[in-house]
Amino acid sequence: MTRYILLAVLAVVALIAPFFVYPILLMTILCFMVFASSFNLLLGYAGLLCFGHAMFFGAGAYIGGWLMKEGGLSIELAFLGAALAMAALGWVVGLISARRGGIQFAMITLAISQFIYFLLLRAPFTHGEDGLQRIPRSDLFGVVDVSSNLSLYYLVLAVSVAAIWFFYRIVHSPFGEVLRAIRDNEGRMESLGFVPERFKILALTLSAGLAGLAGAMKASVLQIATLHDLSFHVSGTIIFMALLGGLGTLAGPIVGAALVVLLTDHLAQFGEWALIIQGSVFLVVILFFRRGLVGELQAFLKRRVARA
Amino acid sequence: MGEYALEAQGLTKTFGGFNAVTDVNLKVRRGSIHALIGPNGAGKTTCFNLLTKTLTPTSGKVFLDGRDITRLRSAQVARQGLVRSFQISATFPHLTCLENVRVALQSNHGTAYKFWRSLKAVSALNERAHELLGQVGLGHQAHTPATELSYGKKRALEIATTLALDPKVMLLDEPTAGMGHEDIEPITDLIRKVSDGRTILIVEHNLSVVSSLCERITVLQHGEVLCEGAYAEVSNDPEVITAYMGGIDE
Ligand SMILES: Nc1ncnc2c1ncn2[C@@H]1O[C@H](COP(=O)(O)OP(=O)(O)OP(=O)(O)O)[C@@H](O)[C@H]1O
Ligand SMILES: [Mg+2]
Repeated sequence: MTRYILLAVLAVVALIAPFFVYPILLMTILCFMVFASSFNLLLGYAGLLCFGHAMFFGAGAYIGGWLMKEGGLSIELAFLGAALAMAALGWVVGLISARRGGIQFAMITLAISQFIYFLLLRAPFTHGEDGLQRIPRSDLFGVVDVSSNLSLYYLVLAVSVAAIWFFYRIVHSPFGEVLRAIRDNEGRMESLGFVPERFKILALTLSAGLAGLAGAMKASVLQIATLHDLSFHVSGTIIFMALLGGLGTLAGPIVGAALVVLLTDHLAQFGEWALIIQGSVFLVVILFFRRGLVGELQAFLKRRVARA
Repeated sequence: MGEYALEAQGLTKTFGGFNAVTDVNLKVRRGSIHALIGPNGAGKTTCFNLLTKTLTPTSGKVFLDGRDITRLRSAQVARQGLVRSFQISATFPHLTCLENVRVALQSNHGTAYKFWRSLKAVSALNERAHELLGQVGLGHQAHTPATELSYGKKRALEIATTLALDPKVMLLDEPTAGMGHEDIEPITDLIRKVSDGRTILIVEHNLSVVSSLCERITVLQHGEVLCEGAYAEVSNDPEVITAYMGGIDE
């Protein structure tokens, strides 16, 4: 019951928010919520630490942006195209890396992301260091105008909610159960007749697709796609978001994404100090909130219920 | 089908020059409960790892129902009906007991890749999962995360998970280790009960469990088969007695 009230309140807040807060900031938060969820699917539910996760986000932004600017596609097709292309890339990355675990997996994904970075730096359609600029916000279904910040906000909100619902579906599916079991004890799953890497490859495919969608949304929001989007900096930020909120909880990385985007926005005025403040926050969370903010809150509530 | 459900020929495993298992020949009669015993470090677990392809043998062959399974992957070995439990409790700590067993049931259910379905797709498995949990005495803890179970209960859960695959041949690595007296007997009874229609190879240090369950016993020492026979024969074998008495230095 409380869950439904909470959801209803959230829905109302989300619907009226753009009248109080700058819509671009809100949309950036939504993009990172989807992106952080895709990362959570890997690390929180499959135990896979992807160090180069920004490649799916950044390349997704380029592809989504290019499809609207040069391809003249409507916005939903650009989103879909970016998601599918990144899912395909995720599948390839999975084929290369899924047999390895732990730090090896992390390093391989990092290496592949560096390779993609270089590829996009050199590719003719990305305009090198300048990036893809002045990306148009094409019409939804070719007819509905979403070029204003407000109308785009509602589209991005709807797509983000759908994407997070899809993420929820995955982690609470039969496949999600298998995935969590592999995360907990891969060797045991193998001895029960499962081939773990197949499930990891599927997880990477789905996760990359979600990250690509987030990237394409970001390209439509800020109307720009640059190499920064797939830099190691962004890969690191997403790890920070997920850990801050709490891995392996549905809400954790979503909350983490919102907090980090807001924090970054707020700290921008402090220039160089921003990094130091961010680093200190990270340190405090790692030291004192090992389960992340949402994870600790859940554990706290559970203890209260147990005592009552 | 032949007389033996599981057979190892000349099984050998070397870890960087150290022979953990040397030229082990083992025949497990169909429908029997067969024990593999020996002092610590004798190579029992390594044998299990080789039989189920958790490790690749340096040389030698493994046959399941007369078919050579030496080249299969461990997941394939499990699908052929040879399923093991682990000496170190191998549960899924963050999954509930029910989920632990249900995920194993998914192995033969065809739902494992269905990421677009809700858990209703596997609710048909819940009944069987509850039944298996009941069998090992975990009926009331279906919704407890495995990590919160006592050591002995974890072992019981692992047996339920192994049984979920309805294996033809089951390898149990010290199923009663760490269990209190009150738990050992029900588990022993359970093993006897589920051995009906199955073949079981069991590593067990508790010799009273061995003597009450097993028709045949193979004794391993320093990675080699020391002797094989019925409990009465083996327990009177002077070599076995020395191995166990002198086995402290292992
Ligand atoms: N992966 C490995 N690498 C190197 N040596 C190993 C490895 N696994 C096992 N050994 C060694 O092989 C020998 C046999 O080990 P194994 O675990 O099979 O013994 P065991 O009979 O199961 O003993 P226990 O009764 O203690 O379980 C031991 O000396 C052990 O140290
Ligand atoms: Mg052992």
